[in-house]
Amino acid sequence: MSTTVGTATGIQPFNIEIPEERIDDLRRRIATTRWPSKELVEDRSQGVQLATLQELSRYWADDYDFGRIEARLNALPQFTTVIDGVDIHFIHVRSRHEDALPLIMTHGWPGSVIELLETVGPLTDPTAYGGTPEDAFHLVLPSLPGYGFSGEPKEVGWDAGRTAQAWAELMNRLAYTRYVAQGGDLGAIVADVLGRQAPEGLLGIHMNLLVTTLGAPTPPPGDTEEERAALDAINTFTTSGFGYFLEQSTRPQTIGYSLLDSPVGLAAWLLDHDTDSYYKISGAFVDGEPVGNLTRDNIVDNITLYWLTGTGASAARWYWELGQAQAKAHAAGQAPPDASLPVGFTTFPGEIFRAPRSWVEKSYPNVTYFNEVERGGHFAAWEEPELFSDEVRAAFRSLR
Amino acid sequence: MAEKTTAAPRPAPLPAELDAGAEDSTIRPFTVEIPEADLRELRARIAATRWPDKETVEDDSQGVPLARMQDLARYWLTEHDWRKCEARLNAVPNFITEIDGVDIHFIHVRSKHEDALPIVVCHGWPGSIVEQLKLIGRLTDPTAHGASASDAFHVVIPSMPGYGFSGKPKSTGWGPERMAQAWDQLMKRLGYSRYVAQGGDWGAFVVDQLGLQAPDGLLAIHTNMPATVPADVDKASQAGEPPPANLSADERRAYEQLLRTYRQVEYARYMAARPQTLYGITDSPLGLAAWLLDHNDADGQPAAAVLAGLDRTTSANGELTRDEILDNITLYWLTNTGVSASRLYWEYKGGFFNAKGVSIPVAVSVFPGEQYQAPRSWTEKAYPNLIYFNEVDQGGHFAAWEEPEVFSHELRAAFRSLREWSLS
Repeated sequence: MSTTVGTATGIQPFNIEIPEERIDDLRRRIATTRWPSKELVEDRSQGVQLATLQELSRYWADDYDFGRIEARLNALPQFTTVIDGVDIHFIHVRSRHEDALPLIMTHGWPGSVIELLETVGPLTDPTAYGGTPEDAFHLVLPSLPGYGFSGEPKEVGWDAGRTAQAWAELMNRLAYTRYVAQGGDLGAIVADVLGRQAPEGLLGIHMNLLVTTLGAPTPPPGDTEEERAALDAINTFTTSGFGYFLEQSTRPQTIGYSLLDSPVGLAAWLLDHDTDSYYKISGAFVDGEPVGNLTRDNIVDNITLYWLTGTGASAARWYWELGQAQAKAHAAGQAPPDASLPVGFTTFPGEIFRAPRSWVEKSYPNVTYFNEVERGGHFAAWEEPELFSDEVRAAFRSLR
Repeated sequence: MAEKTTAAPRPAPLPAELDAGAEDSTIRPFTVEIPEADLRELRARIAATRWPDKETVEDDSQGVPLARMQDLARYWLTEHDWRKCEARLNAVPNFITEIDGVDIHFIHVRSKHEDALPIVVCHGWPGSIVEQLKLIGRLTDPTAHGASASDAFHVVIPSMPGYGFSGKPKSTGWGPERMAQAWDQLMKRLGYSRYVAQGGDWGAFVVDQLGLQAPDGLLAIHTNMPATVPADVDKASQAGEPPPANLSADERRAYEQLLRTYRQVEYARYMAARPQTLYGITDSPLGLAAWLLDHNDADGQPAAAVLAGLDRTTSANGELTRDEILDNITLYWLTNTGVSASRLYWEYKGGFFNAKGVSIPVAVSVFPGEQYQAPRSWTEKAYPNLIYFNEVDQGGHFAAWEEPEVFSHELRAAFRSLREWSLS
């Protein structure tokens, strides 16, 4: 990794250079993994299955091309800039269509900018992907603080609110006076908060996870069949799939020692998200049948990025900050301000729960776009980049 | 690890003996002998640890702090001597016997006092038999420790399935209920037709289950983590509600302690949901050490008593030391039981501290540093056949480890009435 020439705006071009010895060390560690005994069940109910992780590890050490991350990221213009004391890494691709709409899109956990790479073409160069020039975006893909090539905050307080402020500042530095924001997972939290902060120039937001209903003090209504199904799905997630959330929001440092020292421990931790994505990813390794763009290489790219940047603990800490912010808001007893600017939302069928239109409209007073699509899950941009890009275009069309 | 089978070699079984219910009930002497290569590999891994950055707070609120872990790693690598722990373990008779399809490791020390009371002592998580070693002399040889011959115990200390030198279950179902059945079988296999049982942490769940099963010959249980909370209070505390209005001062204190505990058990919730995903604690010694250290007590998370132990290098009266804490962590590492031990949380679907309905004789010691200090009022209702209740003034969640002297005294006192009763 290296930074080069500084500029007047404090934005510096950035290129990744990964020292060979760090790859060697990683390979050596994968090869000498000490394994636990096999889980006692035939499904994912005790966690990431041994056979899945052993196949991932074999692929990682033997077949994976460690040059991929460097090649994929360095093919795009990357920059860093210090905002509020933290070095923020971002990809910035301007469309050749000058009046394209500026869009800042935020990844989540256990993701990174890697999740979003396949959307760069469709969003910035729509005519090459069956769209029209009017669909073009100038695209900004930042790495969350503590993630990827962004710096790690050295102090507490980097919650979603501060991140959202930093994103507004970033767009300001890039001289975008009118822009939109998008996010899924943690990125949806950032987009939601941006919508509530409503910084000058922000025209609207689009999300693919309804963050207002996860961990809400009062559960959303279950009046219709659709709503009841979504409630059931949330309940399943919070009773069996929520472990990473609990641990990371309370003891990120404790699990951090494992995530920094064991590549396979890190890989398992990152694979163990929702049921839908787990079986899709597991299938890519065990059965050689990837779903959509969730290929072995793409999955391992993301894990390798976490490893090489040593960000397992700092990424987990984001949840600790989230927990602190939620506790503070709860103690203050104050509801956050409404996001009254235009909100677009897409429900992907494999998401943790399928957000019904009724819940989205209850969460946001000004829903200008809602759609439920046929394919894709929690990592929608990663899994179905073109379908996802269609949604982002459609969601923001009315704002151009 | 090496097993010495002193019994005559068994002939190959005849087909007629191969019926489904047949189990080898041989008790095999066992000696701990970790190959030097395993210790070398452990040291190499410790030396090669890749560390996270420092936490962003100045306290324990994000987990075990970096400076604490780095200090521990340095000591582990350069000063801790596993062979000393091995010698301590091998100084007492160790055995293995198969019960219900799993190899069960246990320490068994008979008192020289023939009519001593047999006791099975059950460890918990993140503990092991290492927690109980300081009890053995005090319980089996009371006259050497200022107590009388009539206080003697024959001591049995098993390793739970999936823990230490016991085998790792290959199928589901090994929760505290099944362990209780196994410990009863173990005591009977050792020829003890009358015995008592003791436990803290998971051991407390196991002895509660023993109490519910009330097998023939089980005279009483002693618990230092009693499950006494009335159903309505249990429900309110789990939901994090403010204390119910009708609580006494003791009960109110206990309630507040329960609320605090439930905010400190995310590790337990994690292992209950996703034990297999903890590959990192199998592959990283420091990952394992941090995971095991981050258990709370009333005074902190990590447990204040354990942090105090980490700062203690010598011990005059059995106080917990840094070496003992590393003995325990090293035992988990060398037996590769980080994940298999975690599965116990997954197996158990019952409540934490709710009264379970045990009606056999029960003795309770309340230690001030425990998750909550069980009030006498709740304890009497939860255990209607309460034969002993005492609140001591020192010791916490790892009572046997922290305060072996007080703990041994409690066990003697707890079961004294029973001996008088059973001998008369």
